[in-house]
Amino acid sequence: MMTSRRRLLACLVAALICVLSLSVHGQVTSQRLTAATAEPQNWLTYSGGYQSHRFSPLDQITPANVKNLKLQWVYQSPVSGNWQTTPLVVDGIMYITQRPNDVIALDALTGRAFWIYRYTPNPDRIVCCGANNRGVAILGDTLFMGTLDANLIAIDAKSGRQLWKTQLAETTSGYSITHAPLVIKDKVIVGVGGGEYGIRGFVAAFNADTGKEAWRFYTIPGPGEKGHETWEACPPKSETFCDPDAWKHGGGSIWMTGSYDPQLNLTYWGVGNVGPDYAGAQRPGDNLFTDSVVALDVDTGTLRWHYQFTPHDVYDYDSVQVPVLVDNWGRTGINALVWANRNGNYYALDRATGKFLLGRPFVKVNWMSEFDERGRPIQTPQPPGQPTYPGNQGGTNWYSPSYSPRTGFFYVSAWEDYASIYGPSPVDYKEGRNFTGGGPRPFGPVPGAPGLSRAPINTWTEAAGHGAVIALDVATGDQKWKFNMTDVTDSGILTTASNLLFTGGREGFFQALDARTGTLLWKANLGGAINSGPMSYRVGNRQYVATVSGLSLFVFALEE
Amino acid sequence: MQKIIHLAVLAVVLAVIGSTGVASQQGGQIHDSQYPDVDVAHGASLYAARCAPCHGAQGDAIGGVNLRSGTFRNAITDRDLATFIRAGSQPAGMPPFALDDTDMAGVIACRRNMHSFDTASGKTGAVVRGRAVFEGKGACTKCHRVGRVGSHAGPNLTDIGSVRSAGSIQRSLLEPASQMMPINRPVRLVTKDGTVINGRRLNEDTYSIQVMDDRERLRSVVKTDLREYTILTTSPMPSFKGTLSSEELSDLLGYLLSLKGQS
Repeated sequence: MMTSRRRLLACLVAALICVLSLSVHGQVTSQRLTAATAEPQNWLTYSGGYQSHRFSPLDQITPANVKNLKLQWVYQSPVSGNWQTTPLVVDGIMYITQRPNDVIALDALTGRAFWIYRYTPNPDRIVCCGANNRGVAILGDTLFMGTLDANLIAIDAKSGRQLWKTQLAETTSGYSITHAPLVIKDKVIVGVGGGEYGIRGFVAAFNADTGKEAWRFYTIPGPGEKGHETWEACPPKSETFCDPDAWKHGGGSIWMTGSYDPQLNLTYWGVGNVGPDYAGAQRPGDNLFTDSVVALDVDTGTLRWHYQFTPHDVYDYDSVQVPVLVDNWGRTGINALVWANRNGNYYALDRATGKFLLGRPFVKVNWMSEFDERGRPIQTPQPPGQPTYPGNQGGTNWYSPSYSPRTGFFYVSAWEDYASIYGPSPVDYKEGRNFTGGGPRPFGPVPGAPGLSRAPINTWTEAAGHGAVIALDVATGDQKWKFNMTDVTDSGILTTASNLLFTGGREGFFQALDARTGTLLWKANLGGAINSGPMSYRVGNRQYVATVSGLSLFVFALEE
Repeated sequence: MQKIIHLAVLAVVLAVIGSTGVASQQGGQIHDSQYPDVDVAHGASLYAARCAPCHGAQGDAIGGVNLRSGTFRNAITDRDLATFIRAGSQPAGMPPFALDDTDMAGVIACRRNMHSFDTASGKTGAVVRGRAVFEGKGACTKCHRVGRVGSHAGPNLTDIGSVRSAGSIQRSLLEPASQMMPINRPVRLVTKDGTVINGRRLNEDTYSIQVMDDRERLRSVVKTDLREYTILTTSPMPSFKGTLSSEELSDLLGYLLSLKGQS
């Protein structure tokens, strides 16, 4: 016979189960986002969780059975162009974006649409690199999307109806939003792109209910703000053009989604290149906070610390890569932030303080030789006409990396043996006009060989570089294995709890590797370049893996 | 103010292209359809607020131009008229003019009927009172949603004033089934395990159906999992004929026409 205390306990447990059950199928609360990895069936943020591991705890698909993967459904976009979205999946509903700024709710089981929200951006928008959008964020029953014309839009997740729209900046001045927002607590955090147009970049937080701006952190500090001194005064008698107002159009764009540490209440964002990209002589100084990671207080936007990967960048080494948070890094007790940077180095920083812990190259690097004791790179500019490694597209770029707590490896999509020859030239700032100050040209060790291109017939790779997936020991940066590709890759990487790694590349192959060894286990030729990050989810008792290739979203699962 | 001036210019231009002579030659061919009184009334409201400053209440304030003719020299059909209004006419000083479908339907209906219509009486009710009816006596939010208020079970009405004509909305209020779009038809699904799903159809293909169920959940069902699938041609929405007074109906219509979506 149950005692009354036991009966009470049983009732409480039953009530708790009931509440949990409801919450799983209810609104996406801030608590659910914080504990996103506890819901392996869902994919609630751009990178799968605030730590941005792009790691799925699902393990139904294994190295042993991955060869039995079978296509389940395809969603084909009617819009041509580079498609970079990562889907969210919430309780069986998938939310994707497609060019230019459509949001679509799909049944994650069949790929059929519930609704489509269409937004037509200002036709006078200015974006450097196409009508890209990488996804949405969710809180409650509301989705959030940044637009090419620099608006943040809230959309009812059930009906696809717009709830509010807030303009962040003037799109005709070169401002845009291409990344998926990050929701933290009651705020939607988003930044602006436009580093090739002389914007003054910023990250800003908005009230999720109203769209009202809560705070704004300028990545280019103004007079009196910390870091402004790194926009040094022009020499009195400069022989080359020097811009005394360089900070006003210093770039520092934000175009990839940040990360969040709830214990520290800090959100981390990678900052893009300085403007003008290559003409460094006209903007003396380190040019903070370009090419940096900034750690911001979530409630106020106050800068807690920063680390600059490439001071006074003249190579277009945007540091917009997704910040990856690793607890107890190398069993040191330090909670770290690890980063494979476009400048070719792998870094580890103490994410509470920004202290430099580790930096070493993961591809060939000759723009610097070593780090000083504080982690500042000793730069080694190459003579005019000589190649700089890595080239301006970087040792890696915006493609999502992955960290597997199972293997302890950090995985990065890399461009190897790839260099550029830089040719800076002075440039005057004109609002909304290209502001790069010269440009790079690809370096080919074989005279006359064509440079990087996206032609269907690949004739250049051995001369101009190639792609690879590189597995690094997260604690040491030691290369554990490498999977070479003939073409280069713009694909993100997904790892799973069953030690699988999924990735793609420009060749259009979607491939599964053994995350422990790099051994190829399965591949499918999907026909179009894979430019997004794969993700995984579960509906019922079945695990699915999704990737975009070309103009289509492909979803795979094991044969039933 | 800018908008008012533009509409005034528009009205002038309509007047410029208007011609009683042509009207008499074209006879009954100029009208594409019949115009519900409520569309005419909605258009008259727009006219009174935005066109009358130049054209006068009776449409004849500009010499040589009489909008009450209902016919126009350069716009034979209603589609011509809409195209002309949207494109504008630089020689006549008329800017391109963006009216949504509802307002355009009203403006055209009004123009075609000014000869028999007292513009002063063209009112579709008070928006504020109509909202009170919508959220109160009409209990519309039990099924419909506007912005963040109401249920997802029925069609979302956030921008109903932009996409449906006044006449169509009025018919929906009085005879709901007559205006029901096929894709919004209620469905009843019974799965093989006996689960009943009542909802509103959002999408369908040969093999599956997507619905918003009556618990406001997006659901997708594979047809081979069903033992019953019924598409209802009657609307679950009650007619307001007899339950709302004519004034309340007029106010409710005015409110619905004011719903132009979020911006």
